[in-house]
Amino acid sequence: MMRFIVLIFFGIACVANVHGSSSVIVPDTMDERVKACTICHGAEDEAGRDAYYPRIAGKPQGYLFNQLRNFRDGRRYYQPMNILLENMSDDYLQSIAHHFASLQLPYPAPESFVMQPEEIELAERFIYSGNAQKDVPACSACHGDNLMGIEPAIPGLIGLSRAYITAQLGGWRKGSIIRGQASDCMSEIARQLTDHEADTIAKWLANQPVAGEASPLTALSPELAQRCHHHIQENGGVR
Amino acid sequence: MINRIMSLARNCKCTNLFGICTAWLVLISIMVSANTLANELERSGAMQSSSHLLRGEYLTRIGNCMGCHTTKGGQPFAGGRRLNTSFGVFVTPNITPDKQMGIGLWSEEDFWQALHHGKSRDGRLLYPAFPYTEYTKVTRQDANAMFAYLQSLPAIAQSNPSSEISFPYQFQPLLTIWRALYFKEGVYVTDSSKSTDWNRGAYLVQGLGHCNACHTTRNALGASQEDALKGGRIMGVNWYAPSLSSRLEAGSSDWTLEEISELLTKGITHRAVASGPMATVIRQSLQYLSQEDAQAMAVYLKSLTGEERKTPGVNFAVMSGSLQRHLDSGGQLYKKYCQSCHGENGEGAPGVYPALAGNRSVLMNSPLNAIRSVLNGGYPATTAGNPQPYGMPPFQQILRDEEVALVVSYIRNAWGNRGRLVTPVDVDLSKG
Repeated sequence: MMRFIVLIFFGIACVANVHGSSSVIVPDTMDERVKACTICHGAEDEAGRDAYYPRIAGKPQGYLFNQLRNFRDGRRYYQPMNILLENMSDDYLQSIAHHFASLQLPYPAPESFVMQPEEIELAERFIYSGNAQKDVPACSACHGDNLMGIEPAIPGLIGLSRAYITAQLGGWRKGSIIRGQASDCMSEIARQLTDHEADTIAKWLANQPVAGEASPLTALSPELAQRCHHHIQENGGVR
Repeated sequence: MINRIMSLARNCKCTNLFGICTAWLVLISIMVSANTLANELERSGAMQSSSHLLRGEYLTRIGNCMGCHTTKGGQPFAGGRRLNTSFGVFVTPNITPDKQMGIGLWSEEDFWQALHHGKSRDGRLLYPAFPYTEYTKVTRQDANAMFAYLQSLPAIAQSNPSSEISFPYQFQPLLTIWRALYFKEGVYVTDSSKSTDWNRGAYLVQGLGHCNACHTTRNALGASQEDALKGGRIMGVNWYAPSLSSRLEAGSSDWTLEEISELLTKGITHRAVASGPMATVIRQSLQYLSQEDAQAMAVYLKSLTGEERKTPGVNFAVMSGSLQRHLDSGGQLYKKYCQSCHGENGEGAPGVYPALAGNRSVLMNSPLNAIRSVLNGGYPATTAGNPQPYGMPPFQQILRDEEVALVVSYIRNAWGNRGRLVTPVDVDLSKG
């Protein structure tokens, strides 16, 4: 009798299994939820499958959130991102930003572009000293001495490809990154650069390995706070 | 007042301390109760007007006025959104109470003229890009509440560019003819042979919710088929709004009421997910439906049965060897890019990743939505019931048009599915 009951149970379990079976296992995690992101930004968000897609792991949360929101609201234009994020709430975008910001993943080896000594000098001058004549501040003044960004909302510049940096600088110069804003720090700065200067800076940045402390700094420099005060929003973000 | 009481007391010659105290107490209690009454009257007035406003806010959401009268990321209700139609580009107006740019000078009657009769404050006839053809069914009481809510919003002085209406449609007399042909003015009339829920659902679906603005095939003059909800390509948006009456598309006659209202308010059920413009409507509007209204809409939608369209036009009869090889290469792509979420047998993960086997969005005669889902991916709407949805990646930058055609042809013909093959030209036409 007992064996019979066990058999019946076994039979029911089999039927249930046949009908409810799915080969798909869905972990209840953020990793699973952001698969739509990582297909382009890198399975483990290491290098990305194409040099164009930027690394997003470890970037400041405020920066990532602002970009997600700007894409969703059509202020930053890139059609695949605009469509992907169309129906997402601020809360969810904040969780996604937090997820990627807290990923601490090793950086891939930098690209290696041959640069002439005068190119290196030109790039380093812009990066560390800026150009007073053109009213261009040093990149490091805003993006941090280690160029890894500053919390909460300024992105790092190291670990990105030349193609991506060049495209972003081009976008800032043409005013096509952020729409509908009369003035913007990066836009004003990028417009002062010649093609050659922008390309040299992009090459130099893409050549840099990530060494030592790879995290964004946490304090905004007084110069930056002063220069860009009108972009620093109440919620602690810089657009 | 106090002097008066004192003099009253003196006139009564009430020297007795007890008498004075009693008079005082009586008078004070009269004063207090009069005060309370006044307060209560005031409070109930305020409550009435605040409930009027709340009701207006709710109805405005369910009518999704904001969906068209707000640009992406723009100021709510300040207009400026461009609606592309075959008759030109319509730019939605500012409906905040700004006196110059918005509707600050409008009266309740002006608002009713627009919503019910399709006429602007200056008497100009409105183009049916504004769905007054459906809003005409809204009751005066609801219209007044919506107007009161809109008037309570902050005024935003945003001026919008004019619409760019193509020749010859800018001539108003043509609208008069159009209205004579296609506009049936009138508040929703209750069908006494049906339940209260059914009638409420019909009022919301046909009127305020203006479902028919998308779920219909518009004729050459842009008129929708009256209340038929038979599905059609959405004007100006490259998506197909499925029929809400055909069981081969999005008809729900064999669904439970719970599942229909779950899809409307949560955006996803164990077997279906709303994507594209419908996900947007759910995010902006339907997720806020009250339980009763969601139930009422479900009752009405479930009752819709139409002629079942013929089986999707399959453009091959038997599976030839070359066709089999063609589909197999689609299968290889499926295995590589789709299988980890949608499963080996297209079974998906119910409530998370939709099954593709037997999925009506995949099988519909029009492959448009399936192609667009592959090209653009997307996340279902974030709603209270589904705050952190799982998403589908966009594949347009990963797969070539030929590959998208192969993989969509494959999913339309695997696991017992049978649908017309998709060509790279279909894929190209689905963009934008």
